[in-house]
Amino acid sequence: MQIGDPAVFLARLQFAFTVGFHIVLPAFSIGLASYLMVLEALWLRTKRQVYLDVFQYWLKVFAISFAMGVVSGLVMSYEFGTNWGQFADKAGPVVGPLMGYEVLTAFFLEAGFLGVMLFGLNRVGPRLHFLATCLVAVGTLISAFWILSVNSWMQTPSGYTVAPNGEFLPDSWFHVIFNPSFPYRFAHMVLASYLSVAFVVGAVGAWHLLQDRQNQAARLMFSMAMWMATIVAPVQLVAGDQHGLNTLEHQPAKIAALEGDWHSEPGQPLILFGWPNMQQERTDYEISIPHLGALILTHTWNGSIKGLAEFPPEERPYSPLVFFAFRIMVGIGFLMAALGLTSLYYRVRGRLYDTRWLQRVMTFMLPAGFIALLCGWVVTEVGRQPYTVYGLLRTDDSHSPIGLPGIATSLAAFAIVYLIVFGSGFTFMARLIMRPPSVGESGPPKGVPVRTAGITPLPSLDDGVADPTHPQPAE
Amino acid sequence: MEVSDTIAFIWAVLIAVAVLAYVLLDGFDLGIGILFAVETEAEDRDVMVNSIAPVWDGNETWLVLGGGGLFAVFPLAYATIMPAMYPTIIGMLLALVFRGVGFEFRFRARSRRGRYWWDMAFFGGSLVAALCQGLTLGGLLQGIKVYGRHYTGGWWDWLTPFSVLCAVAVVCAYALQGAAWLVWRTEGVLQARVRRHARVLLFAMLAGIVAVSAWTPFLNEGFMIRWFSFPNIVLVSPVPALVLIIALMFWRDLHGSRDYAPFLWVQALFVLCYAGLGISIYPYMVPPSLTIWDVASPRDSQLFLLVGAAVLIPMILCYTAFAYWTFRGKVRAGDHYH
Repeated sequence: MQIGDPAVFLARLQFAFTVGFHIVLPAFSIGLASYLMVLEALWLRTKRQVYLDVFQYWLKVFAISFAMGVVSGLVMSYEFGTNWGQFADKAGPVVGPLMGYEVLTAFFLEAGFLGVMLFGLNRVGPRLHFLATCLVAVGTLISAFWILSVNSWMQTPSGYTVAPNGEFLPDSWFHVIFNPSFPYRFAHMVLASYLSVAFVVGAVGAWHLLQDRQNQAARLMFSMAMWMATIVAPVQLVAGDQHGLNTLEHQPAKIAALEGDWHSEPGQPLILFGWPNMQQERTDYEISIPHLGALILTHTWNGSIKGLAEFPPEERPYSPLVFFAFRIMVGIGFLMAALGLTSLYYRVRGRLYDTRWLQRVMTFMLPAGFIALLCGWVVTEVGRQPYTVYGLLRTDDSHSPIGLPGIATSLAAFAIVYLIVFGSGFTFMARLIMRPPSVGESGPPKGVPVRTAGITPLPSLDDGVADPTHPQPAE
Repeated sequence: MEVSDTIAFIWAVLIAVAVLAYVLLDGFDLGIGILFAVETEAEDRDVMVNSIAPVWDGNETWLVLGGGGLFAVFPLAYATIMPAMYPTIIGMLLALVFRGVGFEFRFRARSRRGRYWWDMAFFGGSLVAALCQGLTLGGLLQGIKVYGRHYTGGWWDWLTPFSVLCAVAVVCAYALQGAAWLVWRTEGVLQARVRRHARVLLFAMLAGIVAVSAWTPFLNEGFMIRWFSFPNIVLVSPVPALVLIIALMFWRDLHGSRDYAPFLWVQALFVLCYAGLGISIYPYMVPPSLTIWDVASPRDSQLFLLVGAAVLIPMILCYTAFAYWTFRGKVRAGDHYH
């Protein structure tokens, strides 16, 4: 792999490590917040206890993942300056305001209503509580909108001019925000978040169904999750395909690297497996299907794409990494779609809850969405190299003047802290989802008591709102 | 002043307000963590944490606005301060990781030992975050070496007796904020104890204010002129006088029946100290070399975000107030379900 300046390499590694841990959590929050919103809406509409039970069950998991998302996201918002000062200085005028908007429109909204969502059901009543849940869910989507706009601008910059000192200056905010790859990336990422959470929920439902086929909450989780797989997974394949075509148009080197194609040839074959060899400029041990690559990428029989060897060596992303990450992502995507269709088959025949093998397979699919999601980010970020702002600002010209010992020390500190903190967090989440959902599921730990001696006597408010949860005392 | 200069000035005020909001709001959260050092009973700690659990996340978001806003509208300040303060910023972030997850994890730990460690994480995270913020403040005040558009100082420039003094002062001040918050939001034995902590901490904070204030003018000739030349000295002299008056009001209300009052007085003290810092630093953003206008992003960038901020910040203040109102009143032990 091209290591170059070791300090820059470690800075990249640090960013990859911290953002890799981080991205899983907002993705989980995006999907789960929407799921919680749907559950609460169904509960308010039907008043069926099972919806509230599943809501409360996942709310506890949400609380943990959200806290971890907040703290790992805070790190990201400062890391641009600490490790990527030159990027911050040059690209700040363009991407900075978008991130400012993310804070103002999304982070505050989420944080402001999260407390009400987690602890406030008894205090504000079901309707206002539902509003809070909706605002948190909308907040997660707004956040995705801005940050994916920033990332997409780094991939396919538009709507800017470059000042003599190398600063990027905004020219058209519309073209900055809605840059060419943004709609594709946004759709692909939101769908990925939904699918990842669907497979977590489906796996947990399946696990508890295997223990107790009559658990109503587990049946509900499994059924809803499989609907998502049936409908959203095929949609995601289409979205991914469109995103790929967009990338081919704007970042052909990335496509060549992820396909493992070194040379242009009519009727470009699709390489299924192999090992891209950066030195020899070929893909070793390749197994390929003639014309299929052309069919997928150009939608013609004899089409071709520009091979990686046709780009100067200093313009090439490191192919083996994106090559394999891409295959894992696509493989998981097809597997998800297949499982979705299989579940439809059994559902139509009325055997969704009785098909044990499907449930067993589903339990193994728990991390599948997140593995695919991380692989997808590896493809798009490593595939953007050697640039931070594609084609304009090289990664080697983006870093802060921090020496190797500094970067190495902080990287080690991040690694240790993240492994402890997120290791514990995932353990706590695992404990929660190993426990079967019960009738009259309690909410997250109540932060604040219901009765108070506040300025306004609160009991008068509480009287109007019957406690709908009947929280079970201590677990 | 040209229009773009005015916009940059407005943004400097807004960023300053965001950081002030952070200090006013998350300061007492961190203070509560710091007070874990002297409050060791599990039940009391639960009450302390529960008093802020529904609002801490919003409080911390002001720090994201401070950092993100700096990136957006003063990118050169962001790109020079962060590398200059690298260890203290990274230290603060890691500490805030522990503090933030502590809220959830300490209730989730099943064993006593697990609980103990997450309590330590919450305490240590709060303490180290406060220390790092104080070190950053001290480092910024004493100045950052910049040449061209890059930080050119050394690895340990931020570590001086002055920055250590600032760190200690910030820890004491946050702890006082936390104690005052708990006077407001708790009752009984715990409240009586935090009143006692508040008495001691008030003197610690005042000592910190005096020491930092006395030292600051000697850091930089500009600071000296700002405070002690005529007629400035007449204009700025009410600041120390007000500090004294507010400290007396705090003392009076700490022993009175209006439980919310001491907290408000502490916040007033913070505002005054902050104003004092502003008087020292203005118009620099990265003292001693870069002013607000040197580091400002182009007018289009500043204006684009300013339009949004003008609409959104009032909304944020409204729903933040709603969240606080929802969870108002005294927090009692044993009323939570784990």
